[in-house]
Amino acid sequence: MEIIRGIFRWLGTTLKLMTYNKAGFIGFLVTAAILIMSLIGPFFVPLDTKTKLDKIYQPPSAEHWFGTDHQGRDIFSQIVHGGKDVIYVAAVAAFLSTFIAVSFGTLSAFAGGAVDSVIMGFTDIILTIPQFPLLAVLAAFIKLDNLTFLGIFLGLLSWPALLRAVRSQALSLKERDFVEAARALDLGAGHIIFRELVPNMMTYIVISFTLAMTAAVYTQVGLVLLGLVPVSSSNWGVMISLAWTQGAIFFRDAMWRIMMPILAIAIFQLSVITMTRSLELAFNPRLRTMA
Amino acid sequence: MSTSAIAPENPASVHPGTSAARGLRRVLNNFYVRRLAKALFTVWVVSTIIFFLIRLLPGNPIEQYIARLIETQGMDYENARMQAAALFAIDLDAPLWKQYLDYLLNLLSGNLGVSITSPGTTVTSIIARFLPWTIFSVGVGLILSFTIGILLGLMMAYRRDGLLDHILTIFASVVSSVPNYLLGILLVVWLGVQWKVLPIAQMRGTMSPGVIPSFTFTFLYDALFHAFLPILTYVLTTVGTWMLSMKGSTIGTLGEDFVTVARARGLKDWRITTAYVGRNAALPLFTQLTIAIGFVVGGSFLIETIFQYQGIGYVLSGAIAQRDYPVMQGVFLIITMSVIFANLLADFLYGWLDPRIKIG
Repeated sequence: MEIIRGIFRWLGTTLKLMTYNKAGFIGFLVTAAILIMSLIGPFFVPLDTKTKLDKIYQPPSAEHWFGTDHQGRDIFSQIVHGGKDVIYVAAVAAFLSTFIAVSFGTLSAFAGGAVDSVIMGFTDIILTIPQFPLLAVLAAFIKLDNLTFLGIFLGLLSWPALLRAVRSQALSLKERDFVEAARALDLGAGHIIFRELVPNMMTYIVISFTLAMTAAVYTQVGLVLLGLVPVSSSNWGVMISLAWTQGAIFFRDAMWRIMMPILAIAIFQLSVITMTRSLELAFNPRLRTMA
Repeated sequence: MSTSAIAPENPASVHPGTSAARGLRRVLNNFYVRRLAKALFTVWVVSTIIFFLIRLLPGNPIEQYIARLIETQGMDYENARMQAAALFAIDLDAPLWKQYLDYLLNLLSGNLGVSITSPGTTVTSIIARFLPWTIFSVGVGLILSFTIGILLGLMMAYRRDGLLDHILTIFASVVSSVPNYLLGILLVVWLGVQWKVLPIAQMRGTMSPGVIPSFTFTFLYDALFHAFLPILTYVLTTVGTWMLSMKGSTIGTLGEDFVTVARARGLKDWRITTAYVGRNAALPLFTQLTIAIGFVVGGSFLIETIFQYQGIGYVLSGAIAQRDYPVMQGVFLIITMSVIFANLLADFLYGWLDPRIKIG
């Protein structure tokens, strides 16, 4: 019972802290809505796959909320079904790149010396190689037809900027008074890392994760657009890619078909990035003890 | 690097050595020399990675190409192998280390092989033809967005919490979070198709037929006309970041002592804004510029494909689609190298602009 109450109290405080930044909280709500729509929506909205020649390129109506596409299929159902693949790949990539960035970034900051030089030298090299062309060129060599594999592939190449940021964060934390105090009290490395440093880096880690997700959405959809990721399911990127390769972007009536997936991606990116402002507050250990 | 400038070295601690050795040490410790060495090292690493991808990966392009020649043109293995070797400018019979050495020497002499899809065209000539357009459009775009962003950011900092600041902040966060290629598609859809403001069909390509590259007004106008949409996309998608960073950085600088002192000295507001606040606040943005160069050049190949702007990125996406490996390899190398050297340039510029980094 006590544990459950504790969890609720934690959630309550988190939500309260998040409302302190209005824009951030709106971003959080929109992100949550998109996540719920993409993960649970497909169970309620069946994917419309039937060609209806009499209903081609209809504007939004009560029946078809987002209009219809070039085969008269409902765009709303495609948007609902098209989110989960994009989000899944982005989450896998973000998890991997944040993991690499946080573990090696802190290691680099705390080990210092030769370890630091080697890690940073390597990071600098990967950072200067333009990522998107590299991914595109690699995708021409490697078949990327598995979603998890695509996520891992994106994650393995997108950590350098995060690593540098985490390292500088860890470097400054290392010199703070409370770490000094813990050291003076001889509380041990485990205590210093897990009780003092990680809670203070949590903000950073969570924000890194969300920003890595938006970066992964960017590269992923870009690769789909270039036709480097085999088109299979109906996801937002594939919808744009099809509209583009079929020349629908030059066709006036096809507007809803192009605008809807673009809006879905743009709103997702915008709300995730805005949400970080609230996350900054919610995971700040100093604010938490005050609340 | 900079310690010697601040604290003169204790003569007793300096190892006795000839002036030549000291001179050498000084050259090796030089900021510019070290940065240059690092840039060259990165170029070497990238070209090595490419070599191993092309030569060693199972099912690598050379093997694939040989298989394709045998299959489609009925060539025997020896001939197909010879043709592949000629295309990639690699001697397949030599030991691997020799192939690698030859590859590096070829790179140094600018020999990047021959295109598969358009036989007889060297990769170097393709790059020479298309690269200038990318440098032109990306360069103009970045300089424009950097300048506009810095000015708007400065303005936002001076009028912070005003209506203008709020509107510009929202604008900046929206444009900087929409992926640039999607913004490109939106520009085509709205400006070109829905509202018909721009003749997008005529704006494709880099030049109108019949226009000759020269220093004339007609050519300059035509080049800008065709590059307008890519440049607009680069400006719109990067300007937000500059605005927000400049605003934050300016607010920080306004509280500095030297600004107060400048005010106390009775300097004109405009002079304080430009020479004292603006210049110092813009400094940290140069480090971000280095990251932005890589990102924009990297992303440019989708933008160029969307607008059919025939720069190096357009060539790259075509080469990837047709699996034209020699072109892919060469263009990727060139893109990487331009990013590395743009970074180097930005670093040098930073060292030159910031009086605190005194290079000795």
